[in-house]
Amino acid sequence: MSLDAFASATDTSARDRRAGAIAFAVMVALVAVAPFVAYPFFIMQALCFALFACAFNLLIGYANLLSLGHAMFLGLASYVCAHAAKVWGLEPVSAIALGVVASALLGLVTGALAIRSIGIYFAMITVAFSQMVYFFCVEAPFTHGEDGIQAVPQGRALGLIDLSRPATLYVFVAAIFLFGFLAVQRTVNSPFGEILKAIRENEPRVMSLGYRSLQYKLAAFTLSAAIAGLAGATKAIVAQNASLTDVTFAMSGEVVLMTLVGGMGTFFGPVVGALIVVSMQNYLAQYGEWVTVIQGVVFVACVLVFRRGVVGELAARARISL
Amino acid sequence: MNVFGHAISMPQLYGQLLIGLAVIFGMLTIVNFAHGAFYMMGAFAAYFLLQWAGLNYWWALLLSPLAIGAIGAIVERLFLKRLAGFDPLYSLLLTFGLALIFQGLFQNYFGASGLPYAIPKQLGGAYNLGFMFLPVYRGWVILASAVVCFGTWLVIEKTKLGAYLRAATENPTMVRAFGINVPRMVTLTYGFGVALAAFAGVLAAPINQVRPGMGADIIAVVFAVVVIGGMGSILGSIVTGFLLGVVEGLTKVFYPEASNTVVFVIMAIVLLIRPAGLFGRAY
Repeated sequence: MSLDAFASATDTSARDRRAGAIAFAVMVALVAVAPFVAYPFFIMQALCFALFACAFNLLIGYANLLSLGHAMFLGLASYVCAHAAKVWGLEPVSAIALGVVASALLGLVTGALAIRSIGIYFAMITVAFSQMVYFFCVEAPFTHGEDGIQAVPQGRALGLIDLSRPATLYVFVAAIFLFGFLAVQRTVNSPFGEILKAIRENEPRVMSLGYRSLQYKLAAFTLSAAIAGLAGATKAIVAQNASLTDVTFAMSGEVVLMTLVGGMGTFFGPVVGALIVVSMQNYLAQYGEWVTVIQGVVFVACVLVFRRGVVGELAARARISL
Repeated sequence: MNVFGHAISMPQLYGQLLIGLAVIFGMLTIVNFAHGAFYMMGAFAAYFLLQWAGLNYWWALLLSPLAIGAIGAIVERLFLKRLAGFDPLYSLLLTFGLALIFQGLFQNYFGASGLPYAIPKQLGGAYNLGFMFLPVYRGWVILASAVVCFGTWLVIEKTKLGAYLRAATENPTMVRAFGINVPRMVTLTYGFGVALAAFAGVLAAPINQVRPGMGADIIAVVFAVVVIGGMGSILGSIVTGFLLGVVEGLTKVFYPEASNTVVFVIMAIVLLIRPAGLFGRAY
């Protein structure tokens, strides 16, 4: 690389950093203002889904691994957290932590089996595993099958902070979301993230340089599972229930849609996409099954003509990376 | 003892769906997520033909695959064609979106519950095989699927058309240079794979009820079977599909709680021992 090109490269990355910082500040401001404008419960749910989409994006956007079974992590963590809070009477933070651990373990086991395959094979294996987890959740006694776990207590976080107050709960959820978002961003920008991106671009070359690419991918998969679990467990506390909806294959499809609409491989894309998809479901709910049809149409349109997604398109226009 | 009848006819349907999926994947490298939706539409087409046109089961067996296969060919021309040359993940996502559209539309008009479709009267009753009763219809499903699966395999592996097709998968530019219309062949192949799904749908209509969700329920299992059998091997897919169907049917008899998960557990074990699948080559 010539010196000029190098200088311009560092230049762009400085611009990117500035753009990223501004976008982050805007996002924090919006999260802070949102509950005064929209229904807070809706925003909290949207934040959980946004975190879920960020976790999914870590894989598809930076490691080129399409997981079509990510709902298993969301759903399992949500069940474990709800069970821990309701039946074992744990306070919410430890209940959420247990949910995250459960999903991370599930991610480690299924990942170890799936990671040796790539591309569409990987996708099909994740579909099959998530279906297995779905049937497990239908049959296992602690999930209460079709009824789900209802009336999960919100309790006092760390025994001190009363989460049954809506304002407190909102701050708690917003903090978890920002923590998860920054964790994904930090991972992608770390040396570990650089190697992931290198694997995405040219895996044989990375291996020839002496990196164990499988271990890197497995670590990314497990991390993504843990963050998806964080989203699911938090959602169980917010909605005060855990149900089969979160483990279904449809949910795995929705997270793909969110990321695709917002922009794969961008930090803010999944957040924007989640907001769009969740609002769509919320405001179109009266049309019943038409929501599925519209989702399908959006899917097809995105794949055919709008592959960069909303944020990806904006970033490309402005020549920055977000 | 009906369960044993179940244990040997569902696998045939899997085999049938698998071969369509395997043809589309093997020849076009498209993971056809809409396969379950086309299977469901095949069954619905049979239902419509009976209700609106008064055409019986045998007509449906012929017309439904033709109609749904034509829809498949149109889908390929309009949408999938544009994604040639992109990462195959995009065509997977596209067919996923299509599956949502089809399923949503049918659910919208027909609800989630099933519509009955009677077994044709020529195929009613049961044979007494001595150790079990085999309902005639299930015997027919086994026979029809076996013939179609074997026929497809024969066409692809043993005929000139199949040879063109396999050559076009290896090197489309070269095959075009010989004056063969590869894009048309791709469209027809996709249509044919979809027609196989519709055929399976018609066969399934009298066994299971005709429901909008019938395809979505089966697709994950079919994927698991594909992973177990290994991609790219058509015969392997059929054999695996049959064996797993039997295992699933037997599990239903002896330990019903696990019947839904047993296929996935087997998949995990196979992945552990042979990551490329039982009959697959390493990829």
